[in-house]
Amino acid sequence: MSESDSGADAAPVEANVPDDVDVDTDDVEPESTDSAAEEDAKEVPRGLPLRVQNLRKTFGGITAVDDTSFEVEEGSLTGLIGPNGAGKSTTFNCITGVHEPDGGTVLFNGRDITGMRPHEIATQGLVRTFQIARELEEMTVLENLMLAPQGQQGEKLTYAVTPGLRGSVRHDEESIREDVWEMLEFFEIDHLAQEYAGNLSGGQRKLLEMARALMTDPEVLLLDEPFAGVNPTLEEKLLERIHELREQGYTFLLVEHDMDLIMEHCEHIIVMHQGQVLAEGTAADIRSNERVIEAYLGEDV
Amino acid sequence: MSVGKRFWESLPAPIREDDTVLIAVLLALVAAAYFAIGGLQAFLAGSTVVNAAAQTLQSILFLSAVYGMLALALNLHWGYTGLFNIGVAGFMAVGVYAMSILAGDPGGLPPGLGLPVPIAIVGGVIAAAIVGGIAALPALQLDADYFAIVTVGFSEMIRLTLQADTFSGTVTNPDASGYNVVNLLGFSFGTGGGRGINTPLNSPFNFLFEGPLSAVGETLISAGESIGVTAPVVESAAYTTFILLVMLTSYYLLVQRVGNSPFGRVLKAIREDELVAQSLGKDTRIFKIKVFMLGSAMMGLAGILWQGTRGFVNPNTFRPLITFYVFTALIVGGAGSNTGSVVGGAVFAGLLLEGPRRLAGLINAIAEATFGGLPSPNTSWAALTSFDPAAYLGYIVANIPNLKFVFLGVVLVYLMQNRSQGLLGYRKEIASSVDLSERPGKPGEPGAAAAPDGGSNSGGDGDE
Repeated sequence: MSESDSGADAAPVEANVPDDVDVDTDDVEPESTDSAAEEDAKEVPRGLPLRVQNLRKTFGGITAVDDTSFEVEEGSLTGLIGPNGAGKSTTFNCITGVHEPDGGTVLFNGRDITGMRPHEIATQGLVRTFQIARELEEMTVLENLMLAPQGQQGEKLTYAVTPGLRGSVRHDEESIREDVWEMLEFFEIDHLAQEYAGNLSGGQRKLLEMARALMTDPEVLLLDEPFAGVNPTLEEKLLERIHELREQGYTFLLVEHDMDLIMEHCEHIIVMHQGQVLAEGTAADIRSNERVIEAYLGEDV
Repeated sequence: MSVGKRFWESLPAPIREDDTVLIAVLLALVAAAYFAIGGLQAFLAGSTVVNAAAQTLQSILFLSAVYGMLALALNLHWGYTGLFNIGVAGFMAVGVYAMSILAGDPGGLPPGLGLPVPIAIVGGVIAAAIVGGIAALPALQLDADYFAIVTVGFSEMIRLTLQADTFSGTVTNPDASGYNVVNLLGFSFGTGGGRGINTPLNSPFNFLFEGPLSAVGETLISAGESIGVTAPVVESAAYTTFILLVMLTSYYLLVQRVGNSPFGRVLKAIREDELVAQSLGKDTRIFKIKVFMLGSAMMGLAGILWQGTRGFVNPNTFRPLITFYVFTALIVGGAGSNTGSVVGGAVFAGLLLEGPRRLAGLINAIAEATFGGLPSPNTSWAALTSFDPAAYLGYIVANIPNLKFVFLGVVLVYLMQNRSQGLLGYRKEIASSVDLSERPGKPGEPGAAAAPDGGSNSGGDGDE
């Protein structure tokens, strides 16, 4: 994991000089200090919003995730691949609080979020989508998106009901409504705005779900197989959006089956196999990695 | 349901498009029908027509209104949030009993706390909210069906506790062996047990007819008497008017406001998929507890205004049957729709609950007046073997209180199969305080393209 931050390049050299110690503590890379690496792990070097360390999750006798560690770089499009049953979705669920991991830690922006409830994790800016799109069927597309923004005043019962306060709620809602329409246009589903989400096609649901996740204004988006069941044209459209958003500064972690797609679009790839991280690196690294070829590519591709 | 659809299409546009007009027209129809039935019955029986008609009218409007209120409260729980609460009767009981105990005479049997009635009413509502909050705690862990079992159990626990001799307060002598007054922080009170308890509100609108405002009451009574309506009917009618115009309207506006807001949006999201709501950063537990407390408080208040105004209640009033009635009203009207809840209350009370009885009464009266009454066989076998259509009719009319349930069941089965969403459950009631379909930022693009039902009641209830 190379630190791309320019200021940090010079820092390790001078790290031994006592005068500079307190100045540099924030920028010291964990790798450069051998001892107490676990302690220092709380101090995230800039650029690694999501860090998963020694994650473990068992269901009965089955170990779904076994000592998995990886990091996601800020502003990156990181791919998480692996054959069926490799533990990708379980890892996702442990990160987002749906499952409570049996061991290990998940750090988000330096904060330990292990075992937090899903809504707490989402509030911090780590938002997910689901493998099987979970749209709110009997709500319209507009309602689906209006739901997402964080900290809406009108979510307090008193604000929603009391005559004087409701005015400010309406004011809020008017501005959210405009954001929602812009988001709908960005994903080109504005023509479906009034439709019940349950009437949408599979691909449209995926778009809706990503739009909804984005409305929470997240820092990192975890996309669980966003292209499953999506036709090639729509897939292209989705990828275009993802790249565009990445350039705007969003970070993506992407679970996907489609090897070629991941190889082509992700700058950093993590390969999971039987609950463990088998390899990680760039597409070229993965292609040439013998263990990956043996475990995954050899069988399937 | 092409018949129903055609009927709906044939209605004038204002009724279809404006909910207030729809509710008003429906209530007026029910009222007119009962006015006519009551009047006709009295005419045939040779008593005063106007008085009987007015009495029938006010009683059906009262029932429609209270069932509408209860259905609205249940709609918050079930229609919006998907919390399957089959303990409605229990929360009503808490409200009524808490009020009765708070306002009861300290020296009475059972003893109460002797507080003024308005405070006791507020206390009853708060008690219902608190009990609702406690009942909601399992909802944080349990899925829909299991939670339903908890609520019905809760409701029965409340009823049986109220019925228990241990807390009844009927033996007030501390030295007696069966001494059963509850002592809480120095206040002693009882529930009355199986004997029931007196409610302080036996004539809630007394203040209009005695005291400083009695001039208003006297005017009303004399106006009533001039057209042949007796004083007691005028008094009940005044209360019914209050329930209908003030309480039902406030309930409707309150639930409408709760529903058409970001708060209501989260409730709907919980109903649709709780994990999604959580994954979008909503602490669904807080929302569930809040909405359960609010709905329970509304049920408690509805109980107070209804059962709490009869002078006397006992635990049998709050059997699960009442819960079933409220559910029927909501299902008929359409769960998830506030207008549907009110419509359901009126249709249920007017057609399903009171309809068969009134119709039987009318048939009886017609028979009495024309050919001296219907034969009334004692058993179904006697009726069946008489081979006399009049005896068949006579048997049905005599047994209508029981056959009513058969009728109710048939209607429910038919509705479930042919229109499971209820009368108005199909319409989009958008959960937002503003009209989402319009977009002021971009002129000429009001995405009003897809509203297949025409009933896009888009929320914005014009307030400040």
